[in-house]
Amino acid sequence: MTRYTSATPDDRAEMLEAIGVESAADLFEQIPEPLRLGRPLAIPDGLSETEVFDRLAALAARNADAEKQVCFVGAGMYDHYVPAIVDAITSRSEFLTPYTPYQPEISQGGLQVMFEFQTAMSELTGLPVSNAGLYEGPSSVASAGYLAMGATKRRRFVVSRGVHPHSRETLATYSQGYRAEIVEVGLEGGLTDAAALAAAVDGETAAVILQSPNFLGAVEDVEALGAAAKEHGALLVVATDPMTLGILKPPGECGADIALGEGQPLGNRLDFGGPSFGFFCATEEQIRRMPGRIAGETEDIDGRRGFVLALQTREQHIRREKATNNICTAQALNALGAMVHLAWLGRHGFRELGELLAQRTAYARERLAAVDGVELLHEAPVVREFAVRLEAPVAAVLDRCAEGGIAAGYPLGHEYPEHENGLLVAITERRSREQIDELAEVLGTAIAEISSSRGSFSTKDVQKEPQAGGVA
Amino acid sequence: MPASETPMQRERAKTIYEKSKPGRRAAVLPDAGVPERPLEDLIPANLLRSEPPRLPEIAEPEIVRHYNRLSRRNFDLDSGFYPLGSCTMKHNPRLNERVAALPGHARLHPAQDPQRAQGALELMWLLQQSLGEICGLPHVSLQPSAGSHGELAGLLLTRAYHADRGEQRTKVLAPDTSHGTNPASVTMAGYEVVKVATNERGGVEMDDLRAKVTDEIACLMLTNPNTLGLFDENIAEIAALIHEVGGTLYYDGANLNAVMGQSRPGDMGFDIVHLNLHKSFSQPHGGGGPGAGPIAVSDRIEPYLPRPQVVRRESDNGGGPSFDLEFDRPKSIGRLRGFQGNFGVFVRSYAYILSLGADGLAEASETAVLNANYLKARLAEGRAGERLPIAFERHCMHEFVLSGKPMKKELGLATLDLAKRLLDYGFHPPTVYFPLLVDEALMVEPTETETKESLDAFADAIEQILTEAESDPEIAKQAPYTTPVRRLDEVRATRRPVVRQPLGD
Repeated sequence: MTRYTSATPDDRAEMLEAIGVESAADLFEQIPEPLRLGRPLAIPDGLSETEVFDRLAALAARNADAEKQVCFVGAGMYDHYVPAIVDAITSRSEFLTPYTPYQPEISQGGLQVMFEFQTAMSELTGLPVSNAGLYEGPSSVASAGYLAMGATKRRRFVVSRGVHPHSRETLATYSQGYRAEIVEVGLEGGLTDAAALAAAVDGETAAVILQSPNFLGAVEDVEALGAAAKEHGALLVVATDPMTLGILKPPGECGADIALGEGQPLGNRLDFGGPSFGFFCATEEQIRRMPGRIAGETEDIDGRRGFVLALQTREQHIRREKATNNICTAQALNALGAMVHLAWLGRHGFRELGELLAQRTAYARERLAAVDGVELLHEAPVVREFAVRLEAPVAAVLDRCAEGGIAAGYPLGHEYPEHENGLLVAITERRSREQIDELAEVLGTAIAEISSSRGSFSTKDVQKEPQAGGVA
Repeated sequence: MPASETPMQRERAKTIYEKSKPGRRAAVLPDAGVPERPLEDLIPANLLRSEPPRLPEIAEPEIVRHYNRLSRRNFDLDSGFYPLGSCTMKHNPRLNERVAALPGHARLHPAQDPQRAQGALELMWLLQQSLGEICGLPHVSLQPSAGSHGELAGLLLTRAYHADRGEQRTKVLAPDTSHGTNPASVTMAGYEVVKVATNERGGVEMDDLRAKVTDEIACLMLTNPNTLGLFDENIAEIAALIHEVGGTLYYDGANLNAVMGQSRPGDMGFDIVHLNLHKSFSQPHGGGGPGAGPIAVSDRIEPYLPRPQVVRRESDNGGGPSFDLEFDRPKSIGRLRGFQGNFGVFVRSYAYILSLGADGLAEASETAVLNANYLKARLAEGRAGERLPIAFERHCMHEFVLSGKPMKKELGLATLDLAKRLLDYGFHPPTVYFPLLVDEALMVEPTETETKESLDAFADAIEQILTEAESDPEIAKQAPYTTPVRRLDEVRATRRPVVRQPLGD
């Protein structure tokens, strides 16, 4: 179906005449005849706008989204409230529809947003240099690995098992290409095993890669763990959750050379996993090795302040095979959403939100730990996510909770077989005390019912003592 | 300072941090509603931050005003003609934004159990099927986040394919006209780039190719039509040469908008294709992202596709089919990113495919090619024809490349000057100085969604600029005059980079 085109039969005739051909088909004669398709694609013909809308609305209706189920699932992406002004600003044509700002004179809006965003991420992470954004979190970890190889001329990464499994797997995928070796260091009590880490780092190590809070929600002592990297001249790479940086010591103050992460919690919706953005900050020393776009301040010929893409000599469109990375995308619109969200929260709101998450999470952790058949998986300090162990098969429990209108969390068993019935529970400002109480109830009922139908009984038939929630 | 500043030029850039004042705020957060404890009781003090990050302090009305004013300092596709070559700046249908924002899409958690995300997985599967048919390659992974990510994926697939056959190959061929991401991806994938020359018709130089095809070649990366907007007629022979030595053939789908429903990379002999959903399939460019770069591959490459893969399972008990994420793929190269990819982009692109259908896609490509050839013909007339000749004289596909070499020699105007003067005329300039093998290159891609009137206006503007340059070339050399800022010092931004706002306490 003709859609979004304007050429009338008269237009076509005039255009063909100007070109000097009989028909548009003549223009396709440069394609050798055997390679012309010569039939319609096996795709249905086009539909009207209302039909397309209805078709997609029907598909959307078959998903249990966070409006249909109360969402306690996190694992890197979170059901935060995206303020109304984020939608209002990101849907403006002037931000939605331009390309990368290759012509800075007519792209000052987008370039200044990048500059403001870089400033915000630099403030959050405590590192002086930020780029304008990468694809998303896990591939940013792989890009940090590539940078570290270039900086150290070494090919080994020491990676904590607390790093998001998707990040570790993505790093492994990229490593097949740039040929790096990965050494994994395990967790003890929810935290990276410091002794094992120190033993694994040596003079061949390009980077030590940590995550804090780690995948199990635990806040790592990055500074202490990072000492091994410093000692051997490896870069310290820290993945982090930006929403925790209102209250946690920023990676830059803990000795990180690179701080990065998944940006979705800042002003981006869940979207079943994307698009979002990755943020990537580093020390001054690494500025010329950074991946991705970077906006910089300058002046025009009349002395007016302006912004341009800086340090383009790092990039693929200039340096080709010698570029510091192949990336060409900055997720500019997603970074704009983050910037507007951060401006809306502001200096104090951002900290207050971090505190709110910590308080509600402490409550939820304690509340769940008191449920029969639920135990804390670790007691390390947490901010907004924590892990528990269920005394019933986690898949069956999650099914029951879903029937009760709750997405209770992220099952750990697939990626952490050592925690077969582990469950990761995430809290946002949208999860009220009442919803947390409801989760505890539904979870308790589900476990009890499954346990009794399996003919086994909880090992805790005595009423449990309330446990301290994450007190270190 | 010139006296005749425009109002927007008079308004000097001020960042949101410079509008901040202690005590102002926008957000009001809910009460915690739970018993609160000192933060130090929850998290050890040595892990806590001493001072909050210096984010701006500003009320909502001024945040809205700040970003709305900033937005007016951008030129965008919805405001005017944007013939940026190799970028396919086609209209972004607003229907697609609406369906992507439905809560069932926008608020769906990526770790939702597949049985409770059937609509999303079915949509992904349907998109995979459609893209596979458009490419003529049956197996699709939606995971790559952008074109360059798809390229890296394709090269890692190539590596896995050869490794599985016990081979270690080291080199990847790419024409000198290729996009910069191609060689950059090759290096990242641990291969060495071998450049192939271009012949006098703008295609691959066959003798050069023959000389460089050896059993060390892992892959040939090609864009077809290439970045000159020309279809390489020797593609069947090229494919045969690469396949004879056991290499794979990679198709950079940045230019797919020329051939949808007309010709398929799979039928040309390609093994791996990436598609830019933000180009041919109408995802808005967002000022430099987001996009998505799905890949379609042949049977022999399929076992190595990234995981997880979206699959359809037929029911055992006579019910309807169900959709799932398949992780058990032992030969897979693994993940390229978190979760399943840029789903929001998939929704928009699938809505676009549903809207156009088979007939509409073919018509879109046909009109894109018609528009490009018409604009090329218009620019072959008059002064443009003399000063800005076409680099390769033949019919083009969806884009074409002009050379500003005579303009520079005869009028002293560089391609950059012409581009900057176009800004004053209200047009986004074409891609400049690419491809590299054309002197003073201008790469023009009008797309199918432009009217004949827009194309005529653009050709007229070029003619006017060249006319005024004959009497006073300084006009263009000092351009632009009307934009929010004038020519910027890019060298300084690289020599002494200032990449963030300095902030006091």
